[in-house]
Amino acid sequence: MPRRVLDPQFVIEHLSILDSDGNLDTALEPDIAPADLKRLYRAMLLGRRLDERMVRLQRQGRIGTFAPIKGQEASQMGSVFTLRPTDWMVPSFRETAAMIYRGWPIEKVLLLFAGSLEGGRPAPDQHDLPITVPVATQLPHAVGLAYAAQYREDNVVVMAYFGDGATSEGDFHEALNFAGVWHVPIVFVCQNNQWAISVPIKKQTHSRTLAQKALAYGFPGIQVDGNDVLAVYAASREAVERARAGEGPTLIECVTYRLGVHTTADDPTKYRSEEEVKAWEQKDPLTRFNAYLQKKNLLEEGLEEQIDAEIAAAVQRFEAMAAADPLTIFDHVYAELPPHLRAQKEELRERLEKDVERRADEELPPPLPMRGQRKTSRWQN
Amino acid sequence: MAKLNMVKALNLALHQEMERDPDVLVIGEDVGVDGGVFRVTEDLHRKFGGRRVIDSPLAEAAIIGTSVGMALYGLKPVCEIQFSGFAFQCFHQIENHAARYRTRSQGRFHCQMVIRMPYGGGVRALEHHTESEEQFYAHIPGLKMVIPSGPRTARGLLVGAIRDPDPVIFFEAKGLYHAAREEVPDEIETLPLGRAQVVQEGKDLTLIAYGAMLRVAREAAQVLQDEDGVEIEVIDLLTISPLDRETVVTSVQKTGRAVIVHEAPKSFGPGAEIAATIMEAAFLSLEAPIRRVAAYDVSFAGFAREKANVPDVARVVAACRETLAF
Ligand SMILES: Cc1ncc(C[n+]2csc(CCOP(=O)(O)OP(=O)(O)O)c2C)c(N)n1
Ligand SMILES: [Mg+2]
Repeated sequence: MPRRVLDPQFVIEHLSILDSDGNLDTALEPDIAPADLKRLYRAMLLGRRLDERMVRLQRQGRIGTFAPIKGQEASQMGSVFTLRPTDWMVPSFRETAAMIYRGWPIEKVLLLFAGSLEGGRPAPDQHDLPITVPVATQLPHAVGLAYAAQYREDNVVVMAYFGDGATSEGDFHEALNFAGVWHVPIVFVCQNNQWAISVPIKKQTHSRTLAQKALAYGFPGIQVDGNDVLAVYAASREAVERARAGEGPTLIECVTYRLGVHTTADDPTKYRSEEEVKAWEQKDPLTRFNAYLQKKNLLEEGLEEQIDAEIAAAVQRFEAMAAADPLTIFDHVYAELPPHLRAQKEELRERLEKDVERRADEELPPPLPMRGQRKTSRWQN
Repeated sequence: MAKLNMVKALNLALHQEMERDPDVLVIGEDVGVDGGVFRVTEDLHRKFGGRRVIDSPLAEAAIIGTSVGMALYGLKPVCEIQFSGFAFQCFHQIENHAARYRTRSQGRFHCQMVIRMPYGGGVRALEHHTESEEQFYAHIPGLKMVIPSGPRTARGLLVGAIRDPDPVIFFEAKGLYHAAREEVPDEIETLPLGRAQVVQEGKDLTLIAYGAMLRVAREAAQVLQDEDGVEIEVIDLLTISPLDRETVVTSVQKTGRAVIVHEAPKSFGPGAEIAATIMEAAFLSLEAPIRRVAAYDVSFAGFAREKANVPDVARVVAACRETLAF
């Protein structure tokens, strides 16, 4: 027979457990301890509140351009929640909630977005990579981490984050291919928020789902309701367990929505309708989870105030940080400063000293720190 | 004649070239409906439709790779890479193919295409939004590397680049997009590639700059004239490669002194090539060593420290004074 259907048939599943009307599929409901449910909700709410605060900080010129997460709290938290601290987390640039959960102090995240790379330095015992800006380029690193963990026979799973747009980049495909060939312990979490800046998913791919792209590389892909934290959690836990058991990679497509701007330099009214946003607001992941917890009597009194106070304290610590010392630009270029850079550092030191003298002579106020700069253009705040 | 900022001037060039030549098309991330993240391609999609103004999937390698194919077929793609920091994803398509098809096919094929990208400092964003990488492209045979310094040169050079039969890398300084407005003629104006401009004549020192650094150089020249009474000749390079050696050398033969300013890191940057060119052709005219004012040889450490790294007026003035006092 020259033409026949190959075995196995490829199947793509969609998983939804708690829908936006509050309907719960109890057969699929994951078993999460009450304390964990509370922690999960708290982390999501913190993500939302911090996001709102950061938008204001950016508008006030206290931090630079950043990418809000509003609407994607369930996708991030449901997945990252299944990791152990010893597992690795590889973010893109829109994972603030997940990063805070993984132990990044809020003030450090703020510092990064205020233009200081110190904010991107992980703590010594933290198994997290810093934010990666070039889309999809972190994915091969994640596969490399997973390979190394497997090589050392460590009990480690790697979770890597990226968006729908990232699935168009070569690095995405190369990373998935390597992951499949090497059969490494990795979970790829795609937050399909429907948009890559102004480009809708329909223009990004002709595939029906993003999950199915995993099949081409020989491992499972699953689509989940990304605004349903229970579904994201269930799919992630299964994928992490598979990875830990040596059963290889999984791709999880979280179908979600970016309710806010792409970044604070973006104007979404140019490319998408108010109605579309309104429709997705009805599917807000927080509202849904809140109602679920309410039924279980797990909502904490005064949680919002408590979170806001935590954020306010972190903002204060951030504002109290010393202004960036320009001389440190030389500190981490090489392990050891080569002679030409030593000379350049010396030149800068002299310049800065002269500047201070000159300002004293002219009795001018010191220049405003970058953080306090005024608005100029879209991309400059 | 209208007063336009650089965004509007570039936009005008695209509108007019697309009207004039149906083979010109635009491709890139967010260049269509959104009009580009800096709005340089504003309204093109509405006017020319999605087949000529292509909102591509998010893949720089395929944007350039498919454009190479279109160019081989005879179209004239104008590609946008959203930030120069993301052009490494397509560097192989540029170096391996766009730059080489003429040589590889021994003249049978060539790639008439423009690759536009914003570069340089001035936006308060994360890594890869602030860097200057012109040196990488200037080093590749077969490519032209162009950097306008304001609205009028931007418009004229973009038209020149679109009509140029060779692949052109076209850098747009982000800091200039909204900075100043200039009179830009309504009728199409073309500036030739490979030609620098003496924007201010002087006899004491030649100051060479391009892109956003031209304004810094001009301000420094003014300070030196006001405070030191010296006359600085300012050259706006406009095309980095092929370098207009004649204009540079003629000027230095007259002034005997040269200072070069760029935003890219100092080592192995365009300043080195310009200095070597002067040494080769005008050594006997030199009264002082040639100096470079450039960014330090460091990776981006966050925009909070950008000001200390990028050349400013005070640094250029100081370098000129040392050169003049030599
Ligand atoms: C290689 C690369 N090209 C372009 C950009 C500019 N850019 C930043 S985010 C983005 C869209 C990303 O879309 P998606 O992957 O869906 O993630 P989302 O922003 O929606 O979270 C683009 C084009 C970039 N950062 N890196
Ligand atoms: Mg997206």
